[in-house]
Amino acid sequence: MHLIQTSALTKAFDGRTVVDHVNLGVSRGEVVGFLGPNGAGKSTTMKMIAGFLEPDEGSASVCGHDVRTDPLNAKRHLGYLPEGAPAYSDMIVGDFLEFVAKLRNVPSGERNGRLGEVAERINLTEVWDQKIENLSKGYKRRVGIAQALLHDPDVLILDEPTDGLDPNQKHEMRSLIRSIAEKKAIIVSTHILEEVEAVCSRAVIIADGKILADEAPGDLTAAAAEDNAIRVTVSASEDEDIVAKLGPVTGKAEIEVLTRMNGSASVLVRPQGRATQPAQLASKLQRAKIEVEEIGLYRPSLEDVFRQITQSKPAE
Amino acid sequence: MTSSINTIAVVFGREFRAYFSTPLAAIFLAVFLALSAGLSFFVTGFFERGQADLSAFFTWHPWLFMILMPAIGMRLWAEERRSGTIELLMTLPVRTWELVTGKFLAGWAFTAVALALTAPMWFTVNYLGSPDNGVIAASYIGSWLMAGAFLALATCMSALTKNQVIAFIVASMAGFLLMMAGFDLVLAGVRSWAPNVITEMVQSLSFLSHFSRLTNGVIEAPTVVFFSSMIVLCLWINVQLVDLKKAQ
Repeated sequence: MHLIQTSALTKAFDGRTVVDHVNLGVSRGEVVGFLGPNGAGKSTTMKMIAGFLEPDEGSASVCGHDVRTDPLNAKRHLGYLPEGAPAYSDMIVGDFLEFVAKLRNVPSGERNGRLGEVAERINLTEVWDQKIENLSKGYKRRVGIAQALLHDPDVLILDEPTDGLDPNQKHEMRSLIRSIAEKKAIIVSTHILEEVEAVCSRAVIIADGKILADEAPGDLTAAAAEDNAIRVTVSASEDEDIVAKLGPVTGKAEIEVLTRMNGSASVLVRPQGRATQPAQLASKLQRAKIEVEEIGLYRPSLEDVFRQITQSKPAE
Repeated sequence: MTSSINTIAVVFGREFRAYFSTPLAAIFLAVFLALSAGLSFFVTGFFERGQADLSAFFTWHPWLFMILMPAIGMRLWAEERRSGTIELLMTLPVRTWELVTGKFLAGWAFTAVALALTAPMWFTVNYLGSPDNGVIAASYIGSWLMAGAFLALATCMSALTKNQVIAFIVASMAGFLLMMAGFDLVLAGVRSWAPNVITEMVQSLSFLSHFSRLTNGVIEAPTVVFFSSMIVLCLWINVQLVDLKKAQ
């Protein structure tokens, strides 16, 4: 059984469809990375699963409890970090977490133990007695994560958990997510693609409210890989016609310019007919006195895949 | 049921403490005490009247509450929406009416503290003469009930906006209209187009006439019912508004 299940989940604001018939199932042990351009409908989808927004159509359920008809039971199984990690700024960290634990009905006997455990795990002990408004962005985010984990929920929805954290904190957050992933169903939204590769078992790409891809990050990049394509970076000034320059050397091949910056150009060479090895191409280029900075078989990154998928459909 | 009471108590505790975590509580109490004492001593002539009662003091309560209750109620929902904590609160396993009730009770209890701090006035009249303490007790209860109605109105307005200042102004205005409902200021505007029944209905909404009945020392059922149902109605509307507007 999927711990998180949505079927044909749909939401429109002012006549504009923001989430469009989203079907998604997440089982225990899975970490789903929500990817998409800004305004793609990631947060709105998460808000509906968390029971904050009412869907216009379709349904969502958490641990088998429909969020609309049985909201209390659905919310009991859910830990949710809203976008921006809001918290009562006039409260002290410890008081705030205790407040949430009480509303979450963590039994009073277990409460202190749970609070201590979470404080330890998320490194909040040193700010435990400080006012939330005086905390750094990183600590505020951690307080948000802590409140979502207090009751050890089966389902965790985290809207941009690493936004505003420094690289070390990001790393910690990812290890934390990985360490609890086994026992929970987790949805994480982000626009950092390396994060998806680092923590997620599935990448779901959303644009214009629709799911465009739903696969393991590795499968996504593998599917986009091309057998014979070679990626070459050569030095070239900005206004040089790079295709004309390389054309005579590569012979019968399709050349696609990927990026041009700082006096070098990165191109994709797709040999037509017989396959060419990167080394062969490199020596040909050298003979033609073209300086090669980097050459290799084309292995698309998740970023390439993301761009391909989300830009193939022009935005409305 | 026990879980509802638990939720209300937890929300109540947080909100009640929140008043004291900023200078708001101290400022409010100081202003309330200074105004209520100052007005009754210097404007309505507490001593000069030569009567051992507190009517010179209670006369001012509707006017004070009209301004001060919106100050207590304005942050209750507007602040949640502005800071986004409403998203946190509404995704916890709680019901909207429990939150509304807890927040309202916290503000109302704070008002009780303010009223309790005016007790020296009561001691003073007892020292100077022998007042009818039954009337005074009834007046205090009436004053607190009326404050509750003003407060419920203010929290309702607070749910309409993210801006505390707008909530404050709209709530004061609504309070003023309800208070003056029994007077020509409001009635003239209604009479010109509405049938008599409606004019009489509006007239019966007047906070001032209901309150004056209580300060005469009689706790009448209709008046108690009036203020109580005013509170319940406003809180019910509050629940609907929160559910409707939470995400905007």
